[in-house]
Amino acid sequence: MWRGELSLNGNQIIELVAALLILLGSIMSVISAFGIIRLPDVYTRSHAGTKSSTLAVLLSLLGAFVYFWIHDGIISVRILLGIFFVFLTAPVSGHLITRAAYRSKVPLADTSTEDALKEVLFPDEKIKANS
Amino acid sequence: MIEKILFTALALFAISILIALYRIIKGPTTPDRAVALDMIGVNLISIIAIVSIVLKTKAFLEAILILGILAFISTIAISKYVERGVIIERKSDN
Repeated sequence: MWRGELSLNGNQIIELVAALLILLGSIMSVISAFGIIRLPDVYTRSHAGTKSSTLAVLLSLLGAFVYFWIHDGIISVRILLGIFFVFLTAPVSGHLITRAAYRSKVPLADTSTEDALKEVLFPDEKIKANS
Repeated sequence: MIEKILFTALALFAISILIALYRIIKGPTTPDRAVALDMIGVNLISIIAIVSIVLKTKAFLEAILILGILAFISTIAISKYVERGVIIERKSDN
Protein backbone atom coordinates (compact mmCIF):
# COMPACT_ATOMS: atom_id res chain seq x y z
CA MET A 1 0.00 0.00 0.00
CA TRP A 2 1.49 3.26 -1.10
CA ARG A 3 1.61 6.04 1.39
CA GLY A 4 3.59 9.20 0.92
CA GLU A 5 5.46 10.84 3.70
CA LEU A 6 3.10 13.75 4.09
CA SER A 7 -0.16 11.99 3.30
CA LEU A 8 -2.89 11.82 5.89
CA ASN A 9 -5.21 8.96 6.52
CA GLY A 10 -8.97 9.41 6.55
CA ASN A 11 -9.43 10.17 10.23
CA GLN A 12 -6.76 12.86 10.17
CA ILE A 13 -8.41 14.51 7.20
CA ILE A 14 -11.75 14.58 9.01
CA GLU A 15 -10.07 16.00 12.13
CA LEU A 16 -8.50 18.70 9.97
CA VAL A 17 -11.95 19.49 8.54
CA ALA A 18 -13.30 19.78 12.09
CA ALA A 19 -10.50 22.17 13.04
CA LEU A 20 -11.22 24.23 9.93
CA LEU A 21 -14.90 24.40 10.95
CA ILE A 22 -13.80 25.76 14.32
CA LEU A 23 -11.54 28.30 12.63
CA LEU A 24 -14.42 29.40 10.38
CA GLY A 25 -16.59 29.83 13.46
CA SER A 26 -13.98 32.02 15.14
CA ILE A 27 -13.69 34.18 12.01
CA MET A 28 -17.49 34.60 12.04
CA SER A 29 -17.26 35.62 15.68
CA VAL A 30 -14.69 38.31 14.92
CA ILE A 31 -16.90 39.60 12.08
CA SER A 32 -19.86 39.84 14.44
CA ALA A 33 -17.67 41.63 16.98
CA PHE A 34 -16.82 44.22 14.34
CA GLY A 35 -20.53 44.54 13.70
CA ILE A 36 -21.22 45.10 17.36
CA ILE A 37 -18.62 47.84 17.56
CA ARG A 38 -19.31 49.66 14.28
CA LEU A 39 -23.07 49.69 13.83
CA PRO A 40 -24.83 52.85 14.99
CA ASP A 41 -27.86 51.60 16.88
CA VAL A 42 -28.96 49.08 19.48
CA TYR A 43 -31.25 47.35 16.99
CA THR A 44 -28.61 46.88 14.32
CA ARG A 45 -26.14 45.91 17.01
CA SER A 46 -28.44 43.18 18.22
CA HIS A 47 -28.74 42.02 14.61
CA ALA A 48 -24.95 41.63 14.52
CA GLY A 49 -24.56 40.25 18.00
CA THR A 50 -27.31 37.65 17.83
CA LYS A 51 -27.40 36.12 14.37
CA SER A 52 -23.76 35.85 13.44
CA SER A 53 -22.75 34.88 16.97
CA THR A 54 -25.25 32.05 16.72
CA LEU A 55 -23.65 30.93 13.46
CA ALA A 56 -20.19 31.17 15.05
CA VAL A 57 -21.08 29.03 18.03
CA LEU A 58 -22.92 26.54 15.81
CA LEU A 59 -19.87 26.10 13.59
CA SER A 60 -17.44 25.71 16.47
CA LEU A 61 -19.65 23.30 18.42
CA LEU A 62 -20.19 21.27 15.24
CA GLY A 63 -16.42 21.13 14.78
CA ALA A 64 -15.97 19.96 18.37
CA PHE A 65 -18.69 17.34 17.88
CA VAL A 66 -17.06 15.97 14.72
CA TYR A 67 -13.63 15.99 16.37
CA PHE A 68 -14.79 14.03 19.40
CA TRP A 69 -16.70 11.66 17.17
CA ILE A 70 -13.71 10.85 14.98
CA HIS A 71 -10.90 11.12 17.50
CA ASP A 72 -12.44 9.39 20.51
CA GLY A 73 -15.26 7.48 18.88
CA ILE A 74 -17.98 8.93 21.06
CA ILE A 75 -21.11 10.75 20.00
CA SER A 76 -21.33 13.48 22.60
CA VAL A 77 -24.97 14.10 23.40
CA ARG A 78 -24.04 17.10 25.53
CA ILE A 79 -22.57 18.98 22.58
CA LEU A 80 -25.67 18.14 20.53
CA LEU A 81 -27.85 19.47 23.35
CA GLY A 82 -25.68 22.59 23.49
CA ILE A 83 -26.12 23.15 19.74
CA PHE A 84 -29.88 22.65 20.03
CA PHE A 85 -30.17 24.95 23.03
CA VAL A 86 -28.10 27.78 21.55
CA PHE A 87 -29.98 27.50 18.27
CA LEU A 88 -33.25 27.69 20.16
CA THR A 89 -32.52 30.45 22.65
CA ALA A 90 -30.27 32.97 20.93
CA PRO A 91 -32.96 34.36 18.53
CA VAL A 92 -35.49 34.45 21.37
CA SER A 93 -33.19 36.45 23.63
CA GLY A 94 -32.29 38.80 20.80
CA HIS A 95 -35.95 39.42 20.05
CA LEU A 96 -36.75 40.01 23.73
CA ILE A 97 -33.97 42.50 24.31
CA THR A 98 -34.84 44.42 21.15
CA ARG A 99 -38.51 44.52 22.15
CA ALA A 100 -37.61 45.81 25.60
CA ALA A 101 -35.31 48.41 24.05
CA TYR A 102 -38.05 49.70 21.75
CA ARG A 103 -40.66 49.81 24.47
CA SER A 104 -38.34 51.67 26.81
CA LYS A 105 -37.88 54.26 24.02
CA VAL A 106 -34.27 53.77 23.09
CA PRO A 107 -33.83 56.13 20.14
CA LEU A 108 -33.12 54.87 16.64
CA ALA A 109 -30.03 55.90 14.75
CA ASP A 110 -30.03 59.29 13.04
CA THR A 111 -29.85 57.68 9.62
CA SER A 112 -33.11 55.77 10.10
CA THR A 113 -35.77 56.97 7.70
CA GLU A 114 -38.97 55.30 8.81
CA ASP A 115 -40.45 54.15 12.11
CA ALA A 116 -43.78 52.47 11.42
CA LEU A 117 -44.14 50.93 14.85
CA LYS A 118 -44.18 54.24 16.66
CA GLU A 119 -47.69 55.16 15.51
CA VAL A 120 -48.99 51.83 16.77
CA LEU A 121 -47.24 51.70 20.10
CA PHE A 122 -47.18 55.35 21.13
CA PRO A 123 -50.12 57.11 19.45
CA ASP A 124 -50.32 59.81 22.13
CA GLU A 125 -46.97 61.31 21.27
CA LYS A 126 -47.96 61.80 17.67
CA ILE A 127 -51.07 63.73 18.68
CA LYS A 128 -48.96 65.74 21.07
CA ALA A 129 -46.44 66.47 18.37
CA ASN A 130 -49.12 67.57 15.92
CA SER A 131 -50.93 69.88 18.31
CA MET B 1 -1.21 21.53 12.58
CA ILE B 2 -4.54 20.99 14.25
CA GLU B 3 -3.25 22.48 17.50
CA LYS B 4 -2.08 25.61 15.70
CA ILE B 5 -5.51 26.03 14.12
CA LEU B 6 -7.19 25.56 17.50
CA PHE B 7 -4.95 28.12 19.21
CA THR B 8 -5.62 30.60 16.40
CA ALA B 9 -9.34 30.08 16.90
CA LEU B 10 -8.94 30.65 20.64
CA ALA B 11 -7.11 33.92 20.01
CA LEU B 12 -9.83 35.09 17.60
CA PHE B 13 -12.58 34.30 20.12
CA ALA B 14 -10.62 36.19 22.79
CA ILE B 15 -10.35 39.20 20.47
CA SER B 16 -14.08 39.19 19.88
CA ILE B 17 -14.74 38.97 23.64
CA LEU B 18 -12.47 41.97 24.17
CA ILE B 19 -14.37 43.97 21.54
CA ALA B 20 -17.68 43.07 23.20
CA LEU B 21 -16.18 44.15 26.52
CA TYR B 22 -15.42 47.54 25.01
CA ARG B 23 -19.06 47.79 23.97
CA ILE B 24 -20.17 46.90 27.50
CA ILE B 25 -18.03 49.64 29.02
CA LYS B 26 -18.87 52.30 26.46
CA GLY B 27 -22.40 51.33 25.41
CA PRO B 28 -24.84 54.20 25.73
CA THR B 29 -27.91 52.31 26.87
CA THR B 30 -28.67 49.23 28.94
CA PRO B 31 -29.88 47.06 25.99
CA ASP B 32 -26.51 47.61 24.29
CA ARG B 33 -24.80 46.13 27.29
CA ALA B 34 -27.27 43.26 27.41
CA VAL B 35 -26.63 42.39 23.76
CA ALA B 36 -22.88 42.48 24.32
CA LEU B 37 -23.18 40.31 27.44
CA ASP B 38 -25.23 37.77 25.51
CA MET B 39 -22.54 37.69 22.85
CA ILE B 40 -19.83 37.17 25.47
CA GLY B 41 -21.77 34.19 26.87
CA VAL B 42 -22.12 32.64 23.43
CA ASN B 43 -18.41 33.09 22.73
CA LEU B 44 -17.51 31.54 26.09
CA ILE B 45 -19.44 28.42 25.05
CA SER B 46 -17.25 28.08 21.95
CA ILE B 47 -14.09 28.71 23.98
CA ILE B 48 -15.02 25.92 26.37
CA ALA B 49 -15.54 23.53 23.47
CA ILE B 50 -12.13 24.39 21.98
CA VAL B 51 -10.36 24.15 25.35
CA SER B 52 -11.88 20.74 25.93
CA ILE B 53 -10.46 19.64 22.56
CA VAL B 54 -7.01 21.06 23.35
CA LEU B 55 -6.85 19.49 26.81
CA LYS B 56 -8.24 16.16 25.48
CA THR B 57 -10.91 15.90 28.12
CA LYS B 58 -14.67 15.65 28.15
CA ALA B 59 -15.20 17.01 31.64
CA PHE B 60 -15.97 20.54 30.52
CA LEU B 61 -18.89 19.73 28.29
CA GLU B 62 -21.47 20.17 31.04
CA ALA B 63 -20.30 23.73 31.41
CA ILE B 64 -21.52 24.38 27.84
CA LEU B 65 -25.09 23.59 28.83
CA ILE B 66 -24.87 25.52 32.09
CA LEU B 67 -23.45 28.62 30.39
CA GLY B 68 -26.09 28.49 27.69
CA ILE B 69 -28.92 28.31 30.19
CA LEU B 70 -27.44 31.05 32.38
CA ALA B 71 -26.87 33.42 29.46
CA PHE B 72 -30.45 32.92 28.24
CA ILE B 73 -32.05 33.44 31.64
CA SER B 74 -29.94 36.48 32.48
CA THR B 75 -30.79 38.09 29.13
CA ILE B 76 -34.49 37.49 29.76
CA ALA B 77 -34.21 38.96 33.26
CA ILE B 78 -32.40 42.06 31.98
CA SER B 79 -34.93 42.60 29.20
CA LYS B 80 -37.84 42.27 31.60
CA TYR B 81 -36.20 44.75 33.95
CA VAL B 82 -35.63 47.21 31.11
CA GLU B 83 -39.20 46.90 29.89
CA ARG B 84 -41.16 46.96 33.13
CA GLY B 85 -38.83 48.06 35.89
CA VAL B 86 -39.26 44.90 37.95
CA ILE B 87 -37.94 41.39 37.47
CA ILE B 88 -40.34 39.34 39.59
CA GLU B 89 -43.90 40.58 39.53
CA ARG B 90 -45.75 40.01 42.75
CA LYS B 91 -49.50 39.84 42.92
CA SER B 92 -50.85 42.86 44.70
CA ASP B 93 -53.74 42.43 47.09
CA ASN B 94 -56.52 43.60 44.86
